[in-house]
Amino acid sequence: MLKRLRENKSSQGTLLITPTLVFMVGLLIIPLFLTLIISFGKRSADGNVIYTFGLHNYARIVGISTDCAGGQSICFDPLYAQILWRSLTLAFNSTVLVILLAYPLAYFIARSHPKRRNTFLFMVLVPLWTNFVIRVYAWMMLLRTQGVINSVVGWLAGLVGIQFVPFEMLYTPGAVLVGMVYEFLPFMILPIFTSLEKIENSLFEAAADLGANPIRTFLRVTLPLSMPGVVAGTILVFIPVMGTFIVSDLLGGKQVILVGNLIQRQFLDARDPTFGSAASLILMAMTLVVTFFYTRKFGFGEEIVTA
Amino acid sequence: MSEFAVELQDVVKRFPTPEGGEVFAVNHVTMQIKNGEFFSMLGSSGCGKTTSLRMIAGFEWPTSGEVFIQGTPQGHTPPFRRPVNTVFQSYALFHHMTVFQNVAFGLEMDGAGKDEIKKRVERALEMVQLTGMDRRYPRQLSGGQQQRVALARAIVKTPDVLLLDEPLGALDLKLRKEMQLELKALQQKLGITFVYVTHDQEEALTMSDRIAVMSQGKVLQMGLPVEIYERPNCKFVADFIGTSNFMEGIVKSLEKGIAFVFIPALNAEINGIALGDVSVGETVAVSVRPEKIRLADKAVLNRNCFEGTIDLVTYIGSDTHLYVSVNGLKLKVWEQNKISSLDPAAYYTVGQKVWLTLFPENTLVLANE
Repeated sequence: MLKRLRENKSSQGTLLITPTLVFMVGLLIIPLFLTLIISFGKRSADGNVIYTFGLHNYARIVGISTDCAGGQSICFDPLYAQILWRSLTLAFNSTVLVILLAYPLAYFIARSHPKRRNTFLFMVLVPLWTNFVIRVYAWMMLLRTQGVINSVVGWLAGLVGIQFVPFEMLYTPGAVLVGMVYEFLPFMILPIFTSLEKIENSLFEAAADLGANPIRTFLRVTLPLSMPGVVAGTILVFIPVMGTFIVSDLLGGKQVILVGNLIQRQFLDARDPTFGSAASLILMAMTLVVTFFYTRKFGFGEEIVTA
Repeated sequence: MSEFAVELQDVVKRFPTPEGGEVFAVNHVTMQIKNGEFFSMLGSSGCGKTTSLRMIAGFEWPTSGEVFIQGTPQGHTPPFRRPVNTVFQSYALFHHMTVFQNVAFGLEMDGAGKDEIKKRVERALEMVQLTGMDRRYPRQLSGGQQQRVALARAIVKTPDVLLLDEPLGALDLKLRKEMQLELKALQQKLGITFVYVTHDQEEALTMSDRIAVMSQGKVLQMGLPVEIYERPNCKFVADFIGTSNFMEGIVKSLEKGIAFVFIPALNAEINGIALGDVSVGETVAVSVRPEKIRLADKAVLNRNCFEGTIDLVTYIGSDTHLYVSVNGLKLKVWEQNKISSLDPAAYYTVGQKVWLTLFPENTLVLANE
């Protein structure tokens, strides 16, 4: 049997993918399938699942409600649709902001002296050594009404004798945006850096030689050639921002509820796994659709092959 | 229009080394390149030829000295404001653009109109024989075709000077030979000044109107290909260009450009043309090219003739290459096979005694570095 394995390439291949296959089927495909089944069910009075087949959970998410104030049997309640829209726009805004912040930094690192480059990359990665949740708590410390920022600004205002009303920063959409941008910035810097670093110096020289000033060189050569990094970074940032609930939970409170929070609450507080499952699948579908159209336009961030 | 397309005046380029010191990449180089000339800078890697080219292009600025293009001092003029274009060693094609877009790039930067761009790009592609390839991406082309795109991209703007940095280095031998002839023909057709950097002496001899032989940041000799080959001004040039036999000797006397040199290894005196700074009493290198040594079965002249034994015979078709040892000194001799014969007696054999004649007009006496 071992001898056969040594000689047979295809059974070697099968053996090599088996662990991943078991993992993927057991922990991804089957649970996903179960989620789908549960999403069609009904919640029982004690919070368990009654397995039926109905699209009521999906109808509820898009706004068709059976729990109406005026006594009608069906009315429109945009609550959940608003949450979905808010998640989508927040993910979009965060991603754009992250690109705007990450690109110049990645450019700076890529063009810096090779000796210093590793130090800069190291500094980009340092925050990732601290737990995600702890970093969000750190932002709470900064943004609170009695937090670091307000204290410092208040002290400065006191020095010049200005009446200071502390900013209300925590539990606002802005706080969530800042938190998201901060958390996911490294995941944009690294792929953009990698793309930029790969561009041969002679291409910049060729552009200059042909009469392009630095701005036109950037727009016509540097930017297009670094797009694979931007695309890869966008996928790495957009998808988690869509699904994360910790940042919005801690920095947004009840003010900024995203799909992630909605799903979490259905499973833990509202004890309605059927609605939670439906929301999860909607989130997944939305992410897939956005990613699909995005990658169809810009590719998967694959490198342009040089012959 | 100025007489010289490009002029380097006492140009120095120093680079810092990682150890904190400084290295002279180009060490007080002065050269004048005429309009319409095919000029080559020839030397091994690190001789300063590429740095010199990059200073003409504007990618590097001289530490001291000045680069003139059409008589205008360039100072710190950036590359995009210089009337020169470059063909890069690595081609440096924009691989996110098609062949057409690559070639059109320079014209677009100049703000040319759409119709004009189309016309000129097509003409440039036609000149490098790439008609019909305009929609391809560089990765879909062979190395030779990519090279042609790089060439078309550089000539489409009809620059005053075209700079070529070892453009044929990555091609195989046969293609390289073809491209050498094509480049030369293109240069004559366009009438553009070509400044060509290469380490391949044969390439330089084949294509150039004039050659500058460089070593360690300095120009050793500048001249016509025939001057460089037939009258090298030092041992380095004689050694670098083609093949030479060198014998060490001491100059006994000098007379009207003829040096009489005693060669200890041969225990004999030999005379030849004195080149460069040669003075009496100095140790010199006597150089004779292998194809210029005459073989005979007896002495032809009273001097410059030596008897030797054939050590090695290599038949290479057009020629026979021999090693002849004279008093233990090994000399290379190349004999052209002028007669077609299958008879072994028609050829030299190992162990055979022969007389070598080093004619004074073929014998060069060079300063020993």
